[in-house]
Amino acid sequence: MFQVRIHGRGGQGVVTAAEMLSIAAFREGKHAQAFPSFGSERTGAPVVAYCRIDEKEIRLREPVMQPDALIIQDPTLLHQVDVFAGLAPGGTILINTSRSFEQLGLKELIHRFRTCTVPASELALKHVGRPLPNAALLGGFCALSESISLDAVVAAIREKFSGRVAEGNAAAAAAAHQHVAKEIHAEAD
Amino acid sequence: MLKQIEGSRAVAEAVALCRPEVICAYPISPQTHIVEALGELVAAGDIGRCEFINVESEFAAMSVAIGASAAGARAYTATASQGLLFMAEALFNAAGLGLPIVMTVANRAIGAPINIWNDHTDSMSQRDCGWIQLFAETNQEALDLHIQAFRLAEELSLPVMVCMDGFILTHAYERVDMPSQAQVDAFLPKFEPRQVLDPAEPVSIGAMVGPEAFTEVRYLAHAKQMQALSLIPAWASEFHYAFGRAAGGLVRPYALEDAQTVIVALGSVLGTVKDAVDEMRANGEKIGVLGISCFRPWPFEAVAHALGGAKRVVVLEKSLAVGVGGIVSTNVRTTLAPRPVPVYDVIAGLGGRPITKASLQKVFADAVRDELNLTTFLDLDAALVERVLENERQVRRSGPLPENVLKERHAVPAR
Repeated sequence: MFQVRIHGRGGQGVVTAAEMLSIAAFREGKHAQAFPSFGSERTGAPVVAYCRIDEKEIRLREPVMQPDALIIQDPTLLHQVDVFAGLAPGGTILINTSRSFEQLGLKELIHRFRTCTVPASELALKHVGRPLPNAALLGGFCALSESISLDAVVAAIREKFSGRVAEGNAAAAAAAHQHVAKEIHAEAD
Repeated sequence: MLKQIEGSRAVAEAVALCRPEVICAYPISPQTHIVEALGELVAAGDIGRCEFINVESEFAAMSVAIGASAAGARAYTATASQGLLFMAEALFNAAGLGLPIVMTVANRAIGAPINIWNDHTDSMSQRDCGWIQLFAETNQEALDLHIQAFRLAEELSLPVMVCMDGFILTHAYERVDMPSQAQVDAFLPKFEPRQVLDPAEPVSIGAMVGPEAFTEVRYLAHAKQMQALSLIPAWASEFHYAFGRAAGGLVRPYALEDAQTVIVALGSVLGTVKDAVDEMRANGEKIGVLGISCFRPWPFEAVAHALGGAKRVVVLEKSLAVGVGGIVSTNVRTTLAPRPVPVYDVIAGLGGRPITKASLQKVFADAVRDELNLTTFLDLDAALVERVLENERQVRRSGPLPENVLKERHAVPAR
C-alpha cells in the first residue's frame, strides 16, 4: 500500500488534491481511498488530507500516520505543523515553493528522503489565473514519485474541473511535471 | 459501472436510482453533500417525477416525509446528530403510523459539548423508536443498502434508517460499482402502499388508540419488525445474485471458523478491525470478527449462532450509554445470557477520535489473555481524567468540565 499525506491551508484545494490523486489511481486500475482530516473548515487554517493507493481493496480507515509521500502545499506550515511526522525512511517530499530545500533550511532531509520543490502557486497563477497549487503539485508529484502517470492525473483534473479551469490546471500540472523531471535530471547529472 | 466518487455522491446516485418521489432536505454536517447532490439531480431532471422540498428544520423534514409517504409517495430524507434528535417525535410517529420512509443517517456525535465528528450516538439514541436500522461498512455497502432499504420499508410498511459513518464514509472517495437503472428497477418494485390517503377511498391514518387496543398495536409493531429478520437475509441473497456482490444481511461473519475470541462491531471500523485481526491470525491467534449489519431489529438468532463457538467476545462500539457502558454489548450479553461467556465492551472513536489498528491490537491482545476490564475506553487519557477529578475534589467552583479537559489537554507539558 502506498500512502500519501497532503498538508496545506483551507482554501488551497488540499482535499480536492487527495480526491484527484485517488481518481488518477482509480483510472490506472488501482484501488484508492481519499479522505480529509475532518475539522471545522476555515480559510487559512492548516488542513490535512490523505490518499491510500493499493492493488487490492483498502479496508483500513485510520488516518495516514506513516506516509510514504508528503505533498506540502504551503511552505509556511513548516514552522507551524510537524509535517514530516511519521514519514517512512526514503519517503518522498514535494514542497510548493520557488526555493530549494537548502534555502528552506531543510538540507539534512535531502539525503534521507527523495525530495524536490516546485513553484506550483506561480505555475497555477500563470496557467489558471489563480494561485491554487493543488493540480500543479500533483503533476510534479508524478515526476517525483513515479507511482502514478501524468496522463492519469490530467484525466482526473478534467473529471474534477471543466472548461478553461480544467485546461489551465492540466497545463499547470504538465509544467510542474516538467519542472520536477528537470530538477531530478539535473541532480542525477 | 465502476466509479471513484465521494460516499455522499454514491448514496445520492443510488437514492436517485430508487426513483424517490419526494425528497425533504435540510442541511447538517456530515449529511449535507447527499441532499445537495440529490438537489442537483432533481434540478437536472434526472429523477423523473420527484419533488425536492427545502424545509425549515429537521422536524419539518420528517413531518413532510410522513405526509408524503401517507399520500403514497416514495419519500426520502437524510440527517445527522442534533438533526436526528430534533426529529425525534416525528420519528416515533413515522414508525407508529407504519410509513415506509427511508432516511440516511450520516452518523455523528451528539452535543454538548459541540462536536461535529463521527460516532454512533445519534442513531443509537433512536434505536427504540421503531425504525429498522441498517449499518454500512463501506460506501459500496451504503449505496447498496439504500436500494434494499426501500424494498424492505415498503414490503413491511416500516421506516428504515441507513446508518453510515459521517465523514469517514460520507466524505471518502473510494471505488463503487454503481448499478444501472434497469438493475435497480428489476430489484425494487413500484411502490404499492399498504395504506394511502386517497380522496377516492377515504381513510384516516393516525387514530387515537386507548388502553383497550394500544398493547395490541405495539405488539404488532414489534412483530412486524421481527418479520424483517427473515426478509433481510432473503433479500440480501437475492441482491447478491442480481448485483453480483454481497451487501446487507443481518450479520457478517469474518474468520469465525475456529475463532475463540470474536470482535463484534458496526460500520466502517470493521475494515480496520479486519486488518488488525488478519495480522493477529498470522501470528497464530484464533480471533475472528462479527459485523452487525442490522442493528434493529436485533438479530438474536444470527448473533447467537455466529458467536456459538466463542470463548470470549469483544464488542467495539462508537457509542456510550452514560451510566451503563456499551449499548451494542448489552444486546450481545442478552443474546449470550444462557452461556457464561465474558463480553468485553470497548468504547472507541467517540467524537471522531481515530481508531487505529495499533490501539485495537493492544486491546484485542488484552482480551485474548482475559486481562481486559469489562468496560474499556480505547486510548483514554486516564491521567488527564484523574487531574480533572482531583481539581473537582479540591475546588468547589471547579468550572465547566469540557473546558477543564481542554485546558488540561492543551497545557504545555513541564520540561
